[in-house]
Amino acid sequence: MIPLDFEDLTAEDVSRHFGRRRALSRISFQTRKGSILGLLGPNGAGKSTMLAVLATLMRPSSGSVRYGTHTAVASGAALRSRIGILGHDLFLYPELTARENLAFFAGLYGAVHPQAAADAALQRSGLADRADDPVASFSRGMRQRVALERALIHNPRLVLLDEPFTGLDDASTAALIARLQGLRESGAIVVVATHDLDLAEGLLDTALFLRDGRVAEAVARPDALRSTYRTIMRRST
Amino acid sequence: MPKWFVPLAAATALMFAASPFLIANAPYEATMGLVQKIFYYHLPSAWVFLLSAIVCGIASARFLFGGSPRQDRLAYAAAELTVLFGAIVLVTGPLWARKAWGVWWQWDVRLTSSLMGWMVAWAYLLVRKYGGPGSDKLAAGLALFGMANVPFVYISVNYWRTIHPATSVVPTLPVDMGVALWFAVACFLLLFVLLLRLRVYLEEQRARLDALYLSLDE
Amino acid sequence: MIRTAWLVLKKDLTVEVRSLEIAYTTLFFAVSCILFFAFALVKEGKAPEDGAAGILWIAIAFGGTLALGRTFERERQSETLRALLMAPAARPAIYVGKLLGIVALLAAAEVVLVPLVAFLFQAPLLSHPFWLAAVLLSGTIGFAAVGTLFSAMLVRARSRDVLLPVLLYPITVPVIIAGVRATAALLQPDVELALVRFWVALLIALDVVFVTLALWTFEPLMTD
Repeated sequence: MIPLDFEDLTAEDVSRHFGRRRALSRISFQTRKGSILGLLGPNGAGKSTMLAVLATLMRPSSGSVRYGTHTAVASGAALRSRIGILGHDLFLYPELTARENLAFFAGLYGAVHPQAAADAALQRSGLADRADDPVASFSRGMRQRVALERALIHNPRLVLLDEPFTGLDDASTAALIARLQGLRESGAIVVVATHDLDLAEGLLDTALFLRDGRVAEAVARPDALRSTYRTIMRRST
Repeated sequence: MPKWFVPLAAATALMFAASPFLIANAPYEATMGLVQKIFYYHLPSAWVFLLSAIVCGIASARFLFGGSPRQDRLAYAAAELTVLFGAIVLVTGPLWARKAWGVWWQWDVRLTSSLMGWMVAWAYLLVRKYGGPGSDKLAAGLALFGMANVPFVYISVNYWRTIHPATSVVPTLPVDMGVALWFAVACFLLLFVLLLRLRVYLEEQRARLDALYLSLDE
Repeated sequence: MIRTAWLVLKKDLTVEVRSLEIAYTTLFFAVSCILFFAFALVKEGKAPEDGAAGILWIAIAFGGTLALGRTFERERQSETLRALLMAPAARPAIYVGKLLGIVALLAAAEVVLVPLVAFLFQAPLLSHPFWLAAVLLSGTIGFAAVGTLFSAMLVRARSRDVLLPVLLYPITVPVIIAGVRATAALLQPDVELALVRFWVALLIALDVVFVTLALWTFEPLMTD
């Protein structure tokens, strides 16, 4: 598999419908490496669907997503090796230990030494002392940390996070924010979907407000997210 | 109503109206007499049942690997017709068997294999109806496996009861029954084409309606 | 590709060995099945002719359906099947890994079920162990090949619990026929090996066709 890389992510007129229901409607944006894009909006706005499309898990009904010059259809597996996703449902096997989960996915993503990669990830997340406990015994915050390491274990260029702040305490939230900023510094393209506006404040380089599958507003270098959000919500009705 | 519907329906109806006369005039079969005449509808239904299953299988393969929604509509319509014509075969068969040989069902290889094929078509419809989103692909996969399975079903059912299959009690095609038979075949083929086109048309209208709903949202 | 399949298989076996939930419940269910059929069919202490073979294969089929359902239910939790599909690993390799896991599970169950059936029905099932193993293995692979594909397809569908048998049983009729006929032939006082060879050959042909078809269709069936 020829390794693949890209420096920007472009969505052009992406639409996706399920039967009669429109989940996404002509969404367009572009984001470059070393930046964090936020997908903001109420439940049902289409954030998770958009992330699934960006992750190549779902094909758009119309429009296209370009990863640099590559497309999901043409590049398949090579592209997937550069994408990491932290889903709402964590993607971890509860019966396996943290180490086993990480080693498994490291191996699946083609790591030559999956055990070493897993150990390194455990160190980074500060969970080395719980490495051999089954994930089912972890708290939500700890599981989230393992899940994040799993998503990043193959050094993806594009990092997608779906509601990553759900159920986290202050310490974990701060750690996650620091991690995301670190990713930005190292040149990753980060896309975060969240409805938690206070946390998103100060973190995002660009904010895309989604409502009913449409882009209600795109704001660069956003601050005062909450008031912007309220204005948009009032306006769109 | 599409343009082709009335002439095609009229032609089919007229031919079906004429067929009993042709059947009545056909020669009596030596051993079974009048009862054998059900064969003139039973055999063409069996052929159309098979044809329908093949259409469903091919359309499913094309849908699965090509993604064309038209093929999906065709597969769905063909599956329904497989169930319909299969039902005709499985009703006329036992009726004939009962009168001719005294038993309703005989685990004869052809009838049993047809029953299994019919079940797969039913399973297809159940999946389409209750499977939720993505059930179109699921059903297409089922149809492909159903098609691939045909030789295995036939062979295993054939040798199932005994390693020495008895010569089938169902007579092989008596081609000297000529005119009546081929006329009936033509009738059923016309009916198949009519129903298939009508059903695909219905699905096309549904798809257009969905598209209209979607564009309303723009 | 082989590496991926091996990783998936190892992972499945590890998960299963931790709790042994599917192994124990499937085995218990299969044993209950056998007893159920015994009560239904045995008259005056004798099973109907070839009853032992039939009951064994029905227990395998029903137990197998349960095991398939549970295995993929596990992948539905935490959406790990999605995570597997997201990996750059070849999709057919994931299918092979899962298939081998299911076959291993069913084979382990059969190791218990065969002696049990032999014991309960005084059936000389263990008189030709090599041929019996060939029949069981080729039949189990055929059943599991279709079952694994259909279960994976159904993970995101509605009514998946009831749809699995609806899809699986009509398609696996030849497997059952061949398996039962071959096993029954092995139970005869004078075994006709030619007959057993015929059925095993049919099963192997079926396995090749089904696995090939599954590998071919796994990718389009799994993509949204």
